[in-house]
Amino acid sequence: MMPNQRDTKPVSKAIVEVEGLTKTYDGKFKAVDGVSFQIEEGEIFGFLGPNGAGKSTTINMLTTLLSPSSGQAVVCGFDVHKHANDVRRNVGIVPQEYTADEDMTGMANILLCADLYGIPRSDSKPHAMELLNLVELQDAANRKVKTYSGGMRRRLELACGLINYPKLLFMDEPTLGLDVQTRAAVWKYIRMLKQEYHMTLFLTTHYLEEADSLCDRIAIIDHGHIIKIGTPTELKDGIGGDVIVVGVADGEVDLSPDIGKLELVKEVKKNGNEYRIKAESGEEASPQIMDLIRSKGLHVTKISLTKPSLDEAYLELTGRTLREEETNRWATMSQRITMARARS
Amino acid sequence: MDSSKVPEEKLTRTTTVQETVPESVEPPVPRSMPKLNKSPLHGLWALTLRDLRKWYTNPYQLLISLIQPVVWLGIFGKALNFGTFISQSGASPAVQNQILLSTFGTKSYFSFLSVGMLASIILFTAAFSGMSVVFDRRFGFLNKALSTPVSRGAIVVSKVLQSGVRSLIQAGMVLLIAVVLGMDVSNFSVIGLLGAFTLLFFMGFALSSLFVTLALRSSDWQTQMAIINLLNLPLLFASNALFPVKIMPTWLQYVVKFNPVSYAIDGARQLLLGTAGVPSGIYNPLWLDFTVITAFAVALTAVGVVMSWKLLTK
Ligand SMILES: Nc1ncnc2c1ncn2[C@@H]1O[C@H](COP(=O)(O)OP(=O)(O)OP(=O)(O)O)[C@@H](O)[C@H]1O
Ligand SMILES: [Mg+2]
Repeated sequence: MMPNQRDTKPVSKAIVEVEGLTKTYDGKFKAVDGVSFQIEEGEIFGFLGPNGAGKSTTINMLTTLLSPSSGQAVVCGFDVHKHANDVRRNVGIVPQEYTADEDMTGMANILLCADLYGIPRSDSKPHAMELLNLVELQDAANRKVKTYSGGMRRRLELACGLINYPKLLFMDEPTLGLDVQTRAAVWKYIRMLKQEYHMTLFLTTHYLEEADSLCDRIAIIDHGHIIKIGTPTELKDGIGGDVIVVGVADGEVDLSPDIGKLELVKEVKKNGNEYRIKAESGEEASPQIMDLIRSKGLHVTKISLTKPSLDEAYLELTGRTLREEETNRWATMSQRITMARARS
Repeated sequence: MDSSKVPEEKLTRTTTVQETVPESVEPPVPRSMPKLNKSPLHGLWALTLRDLRKWYTNPYQLLISLIQPVVWLGIFGKALNFGTFISQSGASPAVQNQILLSTFGTKSYFSFLSVGMLASIILFTAAFSGMSVVFDRRFGFLNKALSTPVSRGAIVVSKVLQSGVRSLIQAGMVLLIAVVLGMDVSNFSVIGLLGAFTLLFFMGFALSSLFVTLALRSSDWQTQMAIINLLNLPLLFASNALFPVKIMPTWLQYVVKFNPVSYAIDGARQLLLGTAGVPSGIYNPLWLDFTVITAFAVALTAVGVVMSWKLLTK
């Protein structure tokens, strides 16, 4: 599958180094604007962002499909502009769109990919079969791709992306439009690639839970800018602790100054009859807050405690939720599917 | 790490993880990367074969492409045969033959037109080679190819090559049909056939390079159709494919002289129909036909390969 790296200790070394990467379309629109980051060998790095944030544009530059308008990118030790072919040989790509040839079988598609990498058939034939086994497509290997379901096609793209023994695999929205089960399967493959083969993975996603559970580090990107990079925990901690929402019977009296004086409380916002309180340790802070409200002779109507999630971190950083954009997403996706159907 | 010190909880967790991975996805033993073929031609044949396979597994495409030349052979070659004007003129057969030979270079207009139709089918096949680039871009396959180290030139040349192979086979079929319908075979020879098809192949190569290059940046098949219409019919009608140059107005004769298609047809006619008894001035010297067509093919293919470096990455 992979260059034999099992014996080598994972060393912390940057496999991707990006500095001020920019892509300008049509001379004025900056789809990616001065992005800088590093990916360490062996980690799963995620790009999280809404539609049009510039995720695919970044991936396309790192995989040499687009040439950067300015900035530097070194992938697997090679400059994407000067040594494009070396980059191409070392990375694997699972693109956002389906790129397999529908008139060919799954097997033929993988073998064609291998030919384009210059891998001799003596190696690519057994390897293709292994990869089809890996993504559980062995039974569909000799069926034309036009008979595949969306999930099968995604998995075929994954197998194609692995044919050249990549050190680094780029996956552009690997689970977009997949059902829960197939998504779980893709997650399983991703974890396996990291654990068993010490592969480095770069994935883009707009699913927060996906970024949270899979990625070692996440970059939140919006309007072509990276807003924040960190581990999921760091991003969650960054929003400043747990959120407690307390409802009080009488909204006339403003208790914010008093609540704010409590030691664990960091921030209080009053909104009608409700207080939105950020506190360091929610479990300890809530009883204190309740006591305080009662001591003022007021009645607590409801209380809720939310542990920080990436959702909130995202909301905090970008000022909107990703969920709002879900509808849009599906419009795009169904358009893509229609286009694919129009072919056959 | 000393395994006895691993906490029990960690041990059990490891085992559960292994159990949940089904046996079928048990990761294969890592194999090392084989030695890669890094020649600039690697992948060329694989890409060519991909297109050819699509073509020969779809017999309708082949049949449809044969309709146009066969219909034209019927309409222009049989129903509206030019030669009949001369044969109905009342002149003696010897004089008639002389007029036919000095107009068409052969005693049969149908044979004259047949060679033109060989060129016509090659022209049309070449024109649509650009279309397959547009569709590859549209359906993502081109991006897949571009993300591999296959040389950009090989992508272009594979398109040209597949079109060349297809047009040769289709031209062979048109020739067969023409012979069945009465084309003069008295001057056929192995060398003549090889020479004629070499010329036609080079012409197809040159023209598909042209159309593929024009399609490199496009993902829009309507534009591509417009380009095909814009170039195709003038290339055909402003050539010696359908009518002899002699009967054309002078300005058109100049256009025909600059149209490379005319040189391929000129050479192919001499090689297939013979030159016995044909007055001088009807045909170009063969060496000229070969030189022009070879230069045309080399130049346009070179342009295509060079442009591919520029146009295929954005
Ligand atoms: N070829 C192009 N010409 C002009 N603008 C483009 C082009 N490709 C992308 N864009 C624009 O660049 C921006 C970033 O696009 P990109 O595809 O990178 O977004 P993304 O983060 O991948 O979004 P999605 O989640 O929808 O895939 C978008 O506003 C898009 O409209
Ligand atoms: Mg995208």
